[in-house]
Amino acid sequence: MNAPATPKKLIKGGLHDWEVVIGMEIHAQVTSRSKLFSGASTEFGGEPNDHVSLVDAAMPGMLPVINAECVAQAVRTGLGLKAQINHRSVFDRKNYFYPDLPQGYQISQYKDPIVGEGEVIVDLPDGTSITVGIERLHLEQDAGKSLHDQNPTQSFVDLNRSGVALMEIVSRPDLRSSEEARAYVTKLRTILRYLGTCDGDMEKGSLRADVNVSVRKPGDPLGTRCEIKNVNSIRFIGQAIETEARRQIAIIEDGGTISQETRLFDPAKGETRSMRSKEEAHDYRYFPDPDLLPLEFDQAYVDALAEGLPELPDAKKARFISDYGLSTYDAGVLIAERSSADYFEAVAKGRDGKAAANWVINELFGRLNKEGLTIETSPVSADQLGGIVDLIGEGTISGKIAKDLFEIVWSEGGDPRALVESRGMKQVTDTGAIEAAVDEIIAKNPDKVAQAKEKPTLLGWFVGQTMKATGGKANPAAVNVLLKSKLGIE
Amino acid sequence: MRALLRIGFVASMSVDAHTVRRIAHLARIAVSESEVAPLQDELNAILAFVEQLGAVDVSGIEPMTSVTPMVMKKRDDIVTEGGRARDVVFNAPETEDHYFLVPKVVE
Repeated sequence: MNAPATPKKLIKGGLHDWEVVIGMEIHAQVTSRSKLFSGASTEFGGEPNDHVSLVDAAMPGMLPVINAECVAQAVRTGLGLKAQINHRSVFDRKNYFYPDLPQGYQISQYKDPIVGEGEVIVDLPDGTSITVGIERLHLEQDAGKSLHDQNPTQSFVDLNRSGVALMEIVSRPDLRSSEEARAYVTKLRTILRYLGTCDGDMEKGSLRADVNVSVRKPGDPLGTRCEIKNVNSIRFIGQAIETEARRQIAIIEDGGTISQETRLFDPAKGETRSMRSKEEAHDYRYFPDPDLLPLEFDQAYVDALAEGLPELPDAKKARFISDYGLSTYDAGVLIAERSSADYFEAVAKGRDGKAAANWVINELFGRLNKEGLTIETSPVSADQLGGIVDLIGEGTISGKIAKDLFEIVWSEGGDPRALVESRGMKQVTDTGAIEAAVDEIIAKNPDKVAQAKEKPTLLGWFVGQTMKATGGKANPAAVNVLLKSKLGIE
Repeated sequence: MRALLRIGFVASMSVDAHTVRRIAHLARIAVSESEVAPLQDELNAILAFVEQLGAVDVSGIEPMTSVTPMVMKKRDDIVTEGGRARDVVFNAPETEDHYFLVPKVVE
C-alpha cells in the first residue's frame, strides 16, 4: 500500500510537512493451558518459578515437544487474518544472551513461518477504512521475567513465562499516523478475542507491540526507522509514535541523520531513549533447531479448523448493518466485543434493530461505563432490556417513562411488564384524559396561546406542560396532534 | 547441516580476529588476547573441513531433516508439569524465595 499522503495526517515541521510511516510487530500470547514446548502451566502470576518445567529451565538433556493446540491457535489466527497458511514451517533458534532466557536462544520461526501474507481492514474514527498488510505470523517462546527493583545489586529472575507460546504478527509499514496505529492494534485485538486465540489483556502483557517509526517528505523513499520496543498499551503506542516522529523530524531539520536503533518509550517522561545494550545483540545467528522436525499438516487439518471459526468482526458488522439497519458507527460499537454483539442480538431478536441498538449503546453502555461495569456484569439482562423495548414499541410506555423503568430494572430488577402494571406507568392513550389536561393548560395560559399562532415553536412548551400534568404518561404523539389542532398550528 | 552451510556462506569459510572476538562476546565466553590467534586458526581449520561439503551438488534437493520418514510428535494441551520451584533453582549459585538471583541487569 502506497497511497498518496493525506494532508491532514502529516506532521508540521519547521521547514515543511512530514509523513510518518509505521509498521508493527505485535506479540500476542497464545491462549492455551500449557506452554509451547512443555507441559507447564501458562496461568498468569503464580509463585516464582512454580510454572516451570525442566524444559523451560533449559536443564541439560531436555527436549521440546510441541503443543498441538498452540499450532491450531496460530492457524486459526492466520485464517482470521485472511492469510496464507503454510503447510510446512520450521522452528529456528534465535541466539542471544540474557538472564531470563535460560536456553541462550529463543525457539522461533525465521525463514519459514507458519502463516504468511494476510490483511486487516481497519476502521478509522472518521468513518473511512484502510487495509493493513500482514507480512507474516510466527510462533515463538516467551522469555522469563526479570525484576530489577528488589535489590540494589541483583536482579531477580522468574521463569514462569519462559516458554509460553507467543504469536508474533508482523504488519507491513502501511500505517501513516498514531491514530491509524491505535486503530490497527484495536482491530487486531478484537479479531484475536473473537477467535479466542489471545485474550488481548494488555495489562497482563498478553499483547505487546514493537513499533517501527520513520519519517519522510511525502513521496520520498522510506526514511531510516527506529524500533520502539515493548509498548504495552494502546494509548502508549499512540504517544510513543508522536514522540518518536517529532524527535526524528527535529534531528533531520537540524541537518542530522537518524541512526537505526532500538529505543524504549518512557511514558512518565514522555520521551523515547536509546537501548544501547541491545544493539550488539542484533546478530542472532539463526539456525534450524535440531531438536525439532519441521511442522507439517495438510489442507484437511486447516479446513477443519476453518469450519470451527466463529463469525468474525467484519462479517458480523456487515450483517448488523444489512439485517438490523444499523448505522456503520453503531454496528462498529456493538461488534467491538463479542459479548456486546451477542447481548445486542439477544435484545434485537424479533424486535426493531435500531431501537435495540439505541438502548444497548446509549442507555446500557452509558450506565455500565458510569458504574465501571462490563456487559458480563450488567444488572440488566438482554431479556429485561428486550422487554423494555417491547413496551415502547407497542406504545404501552413512552420513551421518557422507559428511562425511569430502566432505572428501576437496573437497581431493583424484575420483569419490566409486571413493573409497569404494578407501578401504574402505563402510557395514557385515552384521548379524553389527555384532552382534559390540554384544555386546562390552554385555559390557564391565554398569553402563550396567542403567541403560539405567531411562533409555532412554542408547541414544545405546551407539550412539556401536558407531559408534566399527566406525569409523563401521555402518549407524546397524541399530545402533539391534539395541541396542534387546538392551537391552530399547522 | 544446513546450519553449518549457512554460516559458512556468510563467513566465506574463514574468520578474522575481529569475528573471533565478536563470536566469543556473543556467547559470553571470555577470550584473552593471546587466545584469539590460535582460536582463529582452529575455527578456520574447522570451516575448511566443512567446506568440503560445498563440493557436493545439492541443488534441487530438499534438506534432509530426519533419517527415517516421520512427522513431528505433538503434545496435548494439558498441564503435566510445574510445582517444583525448589528443584528448578536448586543448582543456582544464588536464590531468594525461589527466584534466581543474577548480577543487576537494567536497560
